[in-house]
Amino acid sequence: MIKKFKQLAIATSVAAACFGAVLPSAQAAEEQFFMIPSYRVGPYGANGQAFYGGFIDYLSYVNMKGGIDGVQVTWEECETEYNNAKGVECYERMKSKAQKAPGPIHTMATGISYALVDKSAADKLPLAMMGYGLTSAVDGSVFPWAFPLVTTYQMQASAIIKFLKDKNNGSLEGKKIVFLYHDSAYGKEPILALEAEARLGKFELVQIPVAHPGNEQGSQWLRIRQEKPDYVIMWGWGVMNQTALKAAQKVGYPRDKMIGSWWAGSEEDTVPAGDAAKGYMSATWNVAGKGVPLIADIEKTVYGGGKGNLSDKSKLGTVLYNRGVSAAVLSVEALLTAQAKYGKGKAMNAEQVRWGLENLNITEARLRQIGATGLLPDVKTSCSNHEGSGKVKMQQWDGSKWVVLTDWIEGNKQLIHPLFQADAAKYAKEKGVTPRDCSKEK
Amino acid sequence: MIYRETGQFKTSYAADQQIFPIRQDRIGILLLLAVAFLVVPAVAGNYWFNAILIPFLIFSLAALGLNILTGYAGQLSLGSAAFMAVGAYAAYNFQVRIEGMPILLSFILAGLTAAGVGILFGLPSLRIKGFYLAVATLAAQFFIVWCLTKFPYLSNNSSSGVISVPNVEILGFTFDTPQSRYLLVLSIVAVLALLAKNMVRSTTGRAWMAVRDMDVAAEVIGIRLMRTKLLAFAVSSFYCGVAGALYAFCYLGSVEPDGFSLDLSFKILFMIIVGGVGSILGSFLGAAFILLLPIFLDIALPALSDLLGLPFGSATVSHIQLMVFGALIMFFLIVEPHGLARLWQIGKEKLRLWPFPH
Repeated sequence: MIKKFKQLAIATSVAAACFGAVLPSAQAAEEQFFMIPSYRVGPYGANGQAFYGGFIDYLSYVNMKGGIDGVQVTWEECETEYNNAKGVECYERMKSKAQKAPGPIHTMATGISYALVDKSAADKLPLAMMGYGLTSAVDGSVFPWAFPLVTTYQMQASAIIKFLKDKNNGSLEGKKIVFLYHDSAYGKEPILALEAEARLGKFELVQIPVAHPGNEQGSQWLRIRQEKPDYVIMWGWGVMNQTALKAAQKVGYPRDKMIGSWWAGSEEDTVPAGDAAKGYMSATWNVAGKGVPLIADIEKTVYGGGKGNLSDKSKLGTVLYNRGVSAAVLSVEALLTAQAKYGKGKAMNAEQVRWGLENLNITEARLRQIGATGLLPDVKTSCSNHEGSGKVKMQQWDGSKWVVLTDWIEGNKQLIHPLFQADAAKYAKEKGVTPRDCSKEK
Repeated sequence: MIYRETGQFKTSYAADQQIFPIRQDRIGILLLLAVAFLVVPAVAGNYWFNAILIPFLIFSLAALGLNILTGYAGQLSLGSAAFMAVGAYAAYNFQVRIEGMPILLSFILAGLTAAGVGILFGLPSLRIKGFYLAVATLAAQFFIVWCLTKFPYLSNNSSSGVISVPNVEILGFTFDTPQSRYLLVLSIVAVLALLAKNMVRSTTGRAWMAVRDMDVAAEVIGIRLMRTKLLAFAVSSFYCGVAGALYAFCYLGSVEPDGFSLDLSFKILFMIIVGGVGSILGSFLGAAFILLLPIFLDIALPALSDLLGLPFGSATVSHIQLMVFGALIMFFLIVEPHGLARLWQIGKEKLRLWPFPH
């Protein structure tokens, strides 16, 4: 009986898997397919729910408004649990569907996007890494298919230093800054940039790693208490952030001297920390709240029409929700850019989408037009600059919501971009990639 | 009826001692290999190679490694993922730092490096046993991952600690299609599995089993405990190391130390528990079960909820998937505590008698 059951189970599983893999996608002619390797469970599930909720809501919104110049958007989700192997499996499962008319792929996971950089380049599918991922892909001559859009960790670190400099009358000389980071690819990316900034600005940088997942930080905060730094820059993710805030409160370190990265500055980080989070600052490349006309319109149109993706509507307008919307806005804008060149109202193929991403030019005027003023910075990409902006705002948690402190701050491009190019050149050498000549791209 | 060995007379010791003494088994395994080497590459698609077959083979190899240590030699270990990490990083370093290094040699050296590390962390096994040893191997898990993050040299000074592996090339042939990578992994796994099967039938394997069943008695009959246990650690880590190297080079293409977390060690341990402790076949069945079932549920559940018109969001589906997966593991463990390999054995017994139950 059991054996029969087992055989049956195996047979059905094989059959279903075959079926799922080879089933031809039921795409009509003018549809753009987004593969969405999302995560809604696991240690970072709460963050994924908000981000992908926003992402999908904007796609629904676009569809309800008549699509991308008439081209309807379709999508399919696959749960990655923020796990690299699962992410690769999802990518492989959905890529055949995306071959014809893909949307940019957003994994919102540095590890998964690392694993996909080579694969997507081989399969010729555009990979977007907005504010995460392989940052040396800013150099589009080596990475034609990967787009670390808007801004990168390095530029963000540089912008935070600039913000601190401005607070200290233009100089950080002799100051001590602790860099508290998630000990993973994500946390280590900005180290080189911070070291360069420290040499330039003559401040002392103390690096303190926190092991994944970061729910135990006693020794790190003991060290911080001994070091007595002027500022703590925190590169945390998920549960690590609230733990750090509570630990800071416990050792009596002032929260308004702590500045988080954009992945350490959402409601998911501050609300669980309670009053320990008050005064804490973070960088962000998109603002929170429903004050942005686009977010209010999404709430009215999509949720009013019963098509909303979030089961928990309180996440609407949070930092990560708005970031998901921003990511979708950029993807849709890239498709519009491509359509403007290759034919309006047509579904774009992978190469055309790639061109669109590489020639984005989202001005303030355009942002105002779609109601996204202030939601994200203006973005202008090119072959040699897949980042396109490098600007962040600083925000502070007032105990109940994030308050924006500054206008857009741009990192030190002259200092940071050569680091990317050096890294990309090393990558090209290791992998035997011949870089494109960007001056010949149009 | 189908599986009866009546009429198969063995006239020499060699015939009696071959790996598969029953003709049906021999034909079966040859058929299986023929299908794996000839039919599968011709019919399977990229998704099957990249997302199912290659990881299945790699994890089978890792489970095989752990099965040698835990299933045959009786030493519980929670460090398999760490030994995989050693293999992955060692292969990467050999490949990147030595000009013109053949990739297969890198894999072997990676295995040997992992074996060395395995011996080091196997030393406590001489004094402690059972769950206490598991805790000691846990140290390997944390130490190695820490070490790989701590020393930038090991990741060739990559700013993020993530290594991105070079192309796999043998004698000028680049393994860049999923199909060719599958064949490479399959060949390596087939050779190593054959080796393991023979090893556990040899003096070494019998010594391991003697130590597993009662180490004092084993010592009394003249088995040197230290050598036997450390050899088990070395061989097991070698298998895990090669699996790790393949994981990096033929599957993901880029790995970070965090990827080889305790979770992965547990996953490999579950593979051998579900598949069958102390069974070569069990390693493969367990890897298939643990890897493929979640993927199957992932594909089947949304389709099912669509079909039945249930209002499940993707988050709910993910949660249900975890619950169903856990429940199925419990179901199998209760129904057959000796794992899937035992089910297969019972099946063979039944087939032998079928259709006459007496």
